[in-house]
Amino acid sequence: MEQSLTSSPIRVLIAKLGLDGHDRGAMVVARALRDAGMEVIYTGLRQTPEMVAEAALQEDVDVVGLSILSGAHMVLVPRTVDLLHARGLDDVLVIVGGIIPDEDVPALQAHGVHAVFGPGSSTQEIVHFIRAHVRK
Amino acid sequence: MELVQAIIDGDRHAIARLITLIENDAEETRAMLAQLFPHTGRAYVIGITGAPGSGKSTLVNQLAKHYSALGRRVGVIAVDATSPFSGGALLGDRVRMRDVSDDPGVFVRSMASRGNLGGLARATPDVIKVLDAAGYDLILVETVGSGQLEVEIARTAHTVLVVEIPGTGDEIQSLKAGILEIADVIVVNKSDRDGAEHTAAILEAMLSIEMPRKRPPGPYAGYPHAANLLARLTEYLQREKGLIRDDASWRPRVVRTVAIRGEGIAGLMDVIEEHRQHLLATREWEARDYMRLLSEIEQALRHRLTQQLLCQVDLDHLVEVVNRVFTRRLDPCSAAEQLLCS
Repeated sequence: MEQSLTSSPIRVLIAKLGLDGHDRGAMVVARALRDAGMEVIYTGLRQTPEMVAEAALQEDVDVVGLSILSGAHMVLVPRTVDLLHARGLDDVLVIVGGIIPDEDVPALQAHGVHAVFGPGSSTQEIVHFIRAHVRK
Repeated sequence: MELVQAIIDGDRHAIARLITLIENDAEETRAMLAQLFPHTGRAYVIGITGAPGSGKSTLVNQLAKHYSALGRRVGVIAVDATSPFSGGALLGDRVRMRDVSDDPGVFVRSMASRGNLGGLARATPDVIKVLDAAGYDLILVETVGSGQLEVEIARTAHTVLVVEIPGTGDEIQSLKAGILEIADVIVVNKSDRDGAEHTAAILEAMLSIEMPRKRPPGPYAGYPHAANLLARLTEYLQREKGLIRDDASWRPRVVRTVAIRGEGIAGLMDVIEEHRQHLLATREWEARDYMRLLSEIEQALRHRLTQQLLCQVDLDHLVEVVNRVFTRRLDPCSAAEQLLCS
């Protein structure tokens, strides 16, 4: 694993948005980002958009990673992005993982999602994307 | 100093931003902390420590929820471990804090320990000041999962809860120095499990032979000169300020809880309030404040001196010295001496 013993690590919020109870993917990503030298705040299951946006604000994260497999992403993800903007968190990188049909990706991106990582994405891909696009 | 005013006004975004800057040891925070300092000293700080998995976060969730319901503005600082290999961290305390995650009266911040070994992050005392200045009048500080020696919280909090669970260790464990010594309240959590009564009984027995504590925990007086200074300062506080009184010793209480179901929380809050009243009545509150600030000065001094010295070290010289130590031609202590004098 690449190491980055920097004095200002990238902070990432990983949240399970909505009602599905499958968090293996979110945990694997959280672990990979930890090993890449990031500080990962893991919120656990069944988070509402309000909970995610408020946690992102209080934790002052650079990245919000949303994991969703329930099919409700077209409602919950845009709502989360809106709530982040409402709190003035305009420069936070928003990435989504889980089961997102290809045809939904452009709409999510148009609504402020920076990247979608579906099944088969490597954790290194996610690490590289974050390092390349995060503010600072 | 816009950010400073925003924090005094309680702006949550500003609070979060400044905490990050403090964690990253940004140069500009020193002046801001200096401006915030006169607005601090009002919050009541409760520390929660104990072994990994003992239920600290779940307990914090319950306490924050109940205090918030009473109208208190609650700040939560939850510290988890930084990896010594990657420098990364997984901060998972929010998972147990669902009940307060969108409560407007509660502000939760997760902190990585970032190489600090005492159970807190080096920046934790400054983060407490930010929340204090922002009007959070009750601050819950959860340490990393602690073993025997992560006792920094005792210098940081007014009241320390040590969380134990049934079935860990025997009487000998309860006699050892360290974490149990710093408890004002010992919480036997997961008390619905077998052995809870036995564990509580062992702890009670230990407390019955406890000697009264002489003074609040201050800086570690491990050097001969420091011990001497600390002894004279203690004497000064007693003689001139009337602090560190004989009646200030407190016999720690044992409280049983099942935090995940909210059982025993009301009783725990009663004991916490009793301890707070005791601190105020005996002026131990001021004594602890004095010692806490003394510790902070000592740590700031240590940090400054280390930084200052590291700035002066020349890499070529460092490599040369380390090489000589590596080949056993120079011992580490003499190496430090040489680096100091270079």
